[in-house]
Amino acid sequence: MKIPADFRYTETDEWLKVDGKIITIGITDYAQNHLSDLVYCGLRAEKGAIVAKGDLIVEIDSVKASAEVNSPVSGKVLDINQSIASTPEVINTDPYGNGWFYKIEITNPADLEKLMSAEDYEKYCETRGN
Amino acid sequence: MSEPTIFELSSPGRVGFQLPEFDVPKVDFPQNLLRGNLDLPELSEIDVVRHFTRLSSLNYSIDKGFYPLGSCTMKYNPRINEVTARLPGFSFSHPLQPIKTVQGNLFLMFQLQEWLKEITGFAAVSLQPAAGAQGEFVGCLIIRAYHQDRKDYKRKIILVPDSAHGTNPASTTMAGFDVVNIPSDKRGNVDIAALKLVCNENVAGLMLTNPNTLGLFDENILEIINIIHKAGGLVYGDGANLNALLGIVRPADLGIDVMHFNLHKTFSTPHGGGGPGSGPVGVSKELADFLPEPLVGIIEKGDDEIPPLYGFFKPFKSIGRIKSFHGQFGILVRAFTYISMLGKDGLRQVSEYAVLNANYLMHKLKEKYTLPYDRTCMHEFVLEGIWNDIPDIHALDIAKRLMDYDFHPPTNYFPLIVKEALMIEPTETESKQTLDRFAEAMLKIADEAHTNPQLLHEAPHHTPVSRLDEVKAARDLVICCWPVKDN
Amino acid sequence: MFIPHTDDERKVMLETIGKTSLEELFNVVPQKYRYPNLDLPVGLSEMEVLEQIQDLADANDACDNLVCFLGAGAYDHYTPAVVDSLLRRGEFFTAYTPYQPEISQGTLQAIFEYQSLIAHLTGMEVCNASHYDGATAAAEACITAYHHFQGKRKTFLLSPAVHPDYRATIRTYLCGFEGKLIQGDEPNQDPLSTPESLIPSIDGNTALVLVQYPDFFGRIFDLSNLVKKAHEAGSLIAVAVNPIALGLIKAPGEIGVDIVVGDGQPLGIPLSFGGPTLGLFATRKELIRKVSGRIVGETMDAQGRRGYVLTLTAREQHIRREKSTSNICTNQGLMALAATIYLSLLGKQGLRKISELCYQKAHYAAQNIGKLRGFSIKTDIPFFNEFIVKCPKSISLMNNFLIDHGFLGGYDLATISPTLENHMLVAVTEKISKEMIDLFCEKLVEVANE
Repeated sequence: MKIPADFRYTETDEWLKVDGKIITIGITDYAQNHLSDLVYCGLRAEKGAIVAKGDLIVEIDSVKASAEVNSPVSGKVLDINQSIASTPEVINTDPYGNGWFYKIEITNPADLEKLMSAEDYEKYCETRGN
Repeated sequence: MSEPTIFELSSPGRVGFQLPEFDVPKVDFPQNLLRGNLDLPELSEIDVVRHFTRLSSLNYSIDKGFYPLGSCTMKYNPRINEVTARLPGFSFSHPLQPIKTVQGNLFLMFQLQEWLKEITGFAAVSLQPAAGAQGEFVGCLIIRAYHQDRKDYKRKIILVPDSAHGTNPASTTMAGFDVVNIPSDKRGNVDIAALKLVCNENVAGLMLTNPNTLGLFDENILEIINIIHKAGGLVYGDGANLNALLGIVRPADLGIDVMHFNLHKTFSTPHGGGGPGSGPVGVSKELADFLPEPLVGIIEKGDDEIPPLYGFFKPFKSIGRIKSFHGQFGILVRAFTYISMLGKDGLRQVSEYAVLNANYLMHKLKEKYTLPYDRTCMHEFVLEGIWNDIPDIHALDIAKRLMDYDFHPPTNYFPLIVKEALMIEPTETESKQTLDRFAEAMLKIADEAHTNPQLLHEAPHHTPVSRLDEVKAARDLVICCWPVKDN
Repeated sequence: MFIPHTDDERKVMLETIGKTSLEELFNVVPQKYRYPNLDLPVGLSEMEVLEQIQDLADANDACDNLVCFLGAGAYDHYTPAVVDSLLRRGEFFTAYTPYQPEISQGTLQAIFEYQSLIAHLTGMEVCNASHYDGATAAAEACITAYHHFQGKRKTFLLSPAVHPDYRATIRTYLCGFEGKLIQGDEPNQDPLSTPESLIPSIDGNTALVLVQYPDFFGRIFDLSNLVKKAHEAGSLIAVAVNPIALGLIKAPGEIGVDIVVGDGQPLGIPLSFGGPTLGLFATRKELIRKVSGRIVGETMDAQGRRGYVLTLTAREQHIRREKSTSNICTNQGLMALAATIYLSLLGKQGLRKISELCYQKAHYAAQNIGKLRGFSIKTDIPFFNEFIVKCPKSISLMNNFLIDHGFLGGYDLATISPTLENHMLVAVTEKISKEMIDLFCEKLVEVANE
C-alpha cells in the first residue's frame, strides 16, 4: 500500500500535497482499495468557490460503497480536475497523481497542523486492519 | 443466446390486443396539446406470450427450489392465496366506492387487524404501509409524534444496533433523527454497557430486531427494553424476523412499543421478484392515536339481526397519510387466507419448525464453516464465508458456486458485523431432504474451496449468464433501451 | 399445513441437534411470556377457507357488476387475459429480488424493459424500477429535489389540483425535514386554480413545483410557461401523470419537465380496492444519482453475453444506510411486470387508440350530461377522460340511487372542498359502451326528478 512520504494525511483518508499556501487534495491508496472499482466521481465545488472546513466537496461511488470527502481546510478553489468525472477509475489506478480533485488556496494555516505525517498515517492504517 | 428485448422484437404495425371500435361521434383534440412521437414497441399477442415465458424460464424461484436467504423468509407461497386475491368481488372493487358496497373488504381488513393484534399483542394495527421499509418509517414517525405530543423536543437520537438491516438507519434519518450505532457483545446480544452509556434524555428510542440479524434471541431483551423505557424512550421492533415468534412469544408482551410486520415474509405473500410487499404496523395503547390514516373500525354497531357497519376512521393524533387509498389490499387478502388456514396451532408450528430447521442446518454446517456465535439460534443463523488458511476465497465465491448446485445463495455480506457473512434461513416449509441436500452441497463447496478454488472463483458455470460486470453497468449506465429508428 | 415434516423426521432432527423436544429450542424466551394462549380460530382446510372468503367477496358490490363512472386516481380499465396469465407464472411471482443476477435475468430484463417503456412514454431519459404508488413517488420526487439542492432550497409548491392523497402523503414524508415549507394548496386556495397561478409563488427558495397532468379534475393545461418560470427561478418541476393519457397528450419530457411521477394502476393492474398499485418515477439523467429506488442496468458477463444487473446500488439503503436519500427496499416488482406486459400488448397503436377511446367516450358523456336539465359541465378547459358535473342534488344521494340501478357514480367533490358541494367528478374508460352512457344519462334524469 502506497503512502508518499512528502504528503500529509487525514483520518478520513484524504492526502494533501502542501505547496506553501496551496494544497492539492485526493484520496489515498488505502481508501481507493477499500472502495474498490470506482464508478462515479462528482466534484461539488466549482473553480473560484470559497469552501469552509467540513464542506462536502466530493462524492464518490463504487459498485459496493459510497463515500464523501469533506474539505479538511478552508480556502478558495483555484483549480479542479476536469477529467476526473468522466474517468473515475483513475482514482483507483493513480490516486496520488492523476486522481487529484482540487487545488485550494488555504486561508487558515492552522488547518494544516492537525494533519498526519506519512509515518503516522501508516501506523493509523495498520491499527484499522481490514 | 440472450433473449431479445421487446424493442428488438418489435415490428411496425403489430398490435397485440384488439380494442373495441369507436361507438360515439368524435370530437377534435386540441392540436397544441397533442403528443408527437410515441416510441413504444409493436408486438403481436404470441410474441408477448413467448417473450415473457422465455424470460420467466431464466429465473430461479421458490417454485423451482430452495432459497436459504436470511432475513427474507422465503417460505412456500400457497396457491390458494392467488385464488382468493383474484376473486372478482375483491379485484373489481374501487377504493373510493361507498363503504356500504365494500363491507366484505372492510370486514376482511378489520379481522386481519384483529388477528395481527392477537398474534403480536399490540393494542392497535394499521394495515396501510406498503412494505417493511415503509412500516419502519411509519414507526419512526410515530415515535417522533409521541415525543412532540409530550412537548419533549430534545429527543433527536435513535439508537440502532450495528447488526441492523440498512433500512433501519435509513428510516430514522428520513424521519429527521440522528443515528447512534450500538455494538453487539461477544454472544451476539446488544452490548448492555454500551447501551447504558448512550441512553439519556436525548434518546427518542431504540430500533431493535429480535431475534436479531444473527438469528439470536437477545438474552437480555427485558433489561434492554427497561433501560430505554427508564430513559423515557420507546422501543421499535423490526418485525422482519417474526417467523421465529408466532405463538412463541408476543413482542408487545416483552415491552416493545411499536413494530412492523412483513406480510411477504412471515405471512406467505409472494415476493413477486421484488414486490409488492406489505408492512402493517402494530402499536401499544399509548401510541394508538398516532397511527397513519385510515384505520378500519366499526362505524355503526350491529345487533342480533344486523351486522355491524365497517368503515374508515382517522386516529385522533394521526401522523397522517403515507400513501394513497387503503394499503396493499390484494396482499392483505393473501395474508388473511394464510392465517385462516393455519389457525392458532398452525401458526405456532410455523415457528417451531422454522427454528428446528435452522438449528438442524446450523449443526450440520458448523462442521466445516466457522460459526461466530455458537448457541441455539432462532429461525436463521450466520456463518463466516471465509477460512483463515485460504483467504482468497470469499463469501461471494461460495454464493456463486452454490448456483451450480441449483440452490439460490444465502444472504451475503450482511450483517456487517460478521466477516464475509452468510446468513441462512431455511423456513419451515423446507423438508429434511432439501436441508440435507443443501448441507451436502455446502460441505462439498467447503472442500472444493480448499482443493480446487478456481471452481469457486469462476462460478457460476451452469447458469444462463455467468458473473456480470457490475462496474461496467455503473460506469456506462445503460438503463433504457432505445428504439431502432425507422429510416 | 405447509410444513412437510413427519413425526419421525422431527425426532431424528432433534436428536441431531441434541435436543429432546421443540420446546427446548425456546428456553431463551423469558418464561413469563413464553407460549401465549392466542385467541384465534382453528385452522381450516383450503375448501372451507375458500368458501368463507368467497362469502366476503360476494358481500361486495363491485365493478364486475356495476358500470363504473368513478375515477379520482383509480380507473376501471380492461385487463387483457395475457397479463394475468403471465403474472401467475411461479417463475415470476415466487421469485426473490434479483440480487443474484445470474439466476434472475427474467426479472431483471423485464424491469429493464419496464424502465425503457416508461421513459419513452413520459419522454424522460431515465426511469427507476418503481415506487409503491403515485403518492409515494410524488413524495420521493420532493426528497430528490431536496437532496439535489443539498438542503439549500426548502420550499415545495403543490398545486391544489394535485390528488389530495398525494399532497397528504408528501406532508407526512417531509415532516422530519427541518425548515421545509409546503405551499400552494392551502385550504383558502381555489381547488380549481390553474397551474399558472403558482407562478407568483416561485422564488429562489423553491426546490420543486408539482402539478398533475391531466390534473385531479381531468383537465389538461399547457404547462410550457410554468416550466419556463420554474427553471428561470432555478427550481425543479415535477408532474404527476395518468399513463393512459400519455397515449394522446404531449409527453412531459417534451415540455421540459424534470421529474415525472404517477400511478401505473391503469396499465393492466386491477382496481383491487386501491392496492397493490404502481408508482412511476422518471427523470433526467443528471438527477439519477439522487433518485431512490432500484435501477436495472445493462452489462455483459465474462463470456461477452448481454445481461442485466441492479445498478447504482451505492445509493440504496443497504449500502448508504443513514446517508441514503430514502429507505426504500422493495419496488412493486410484479406490478411493474404487469405494466410491461400490458404496454407490450398495446404497443404504439393500441395505447393511442385506448387513449382516444377514453377521450371520445368521456366527451360524448359530458356533452349529453350537460344537456340534461339541472346538470352542467365546466367545459372551458380541455379535459382527458374525467370532468366535473354540477348536479341538482347531493352526490351521496345520487350515488345511492345509481348503485341500485347498476352504476357506480362519480366522486363526491364536496370531500375536497365545500365550494364543490353537489359537484361530481365523472370518469369514463374504454370499458363503457355508448348504450351504457345513454342509460347513465337516463338514470341521472330519474334521480334528479325524484
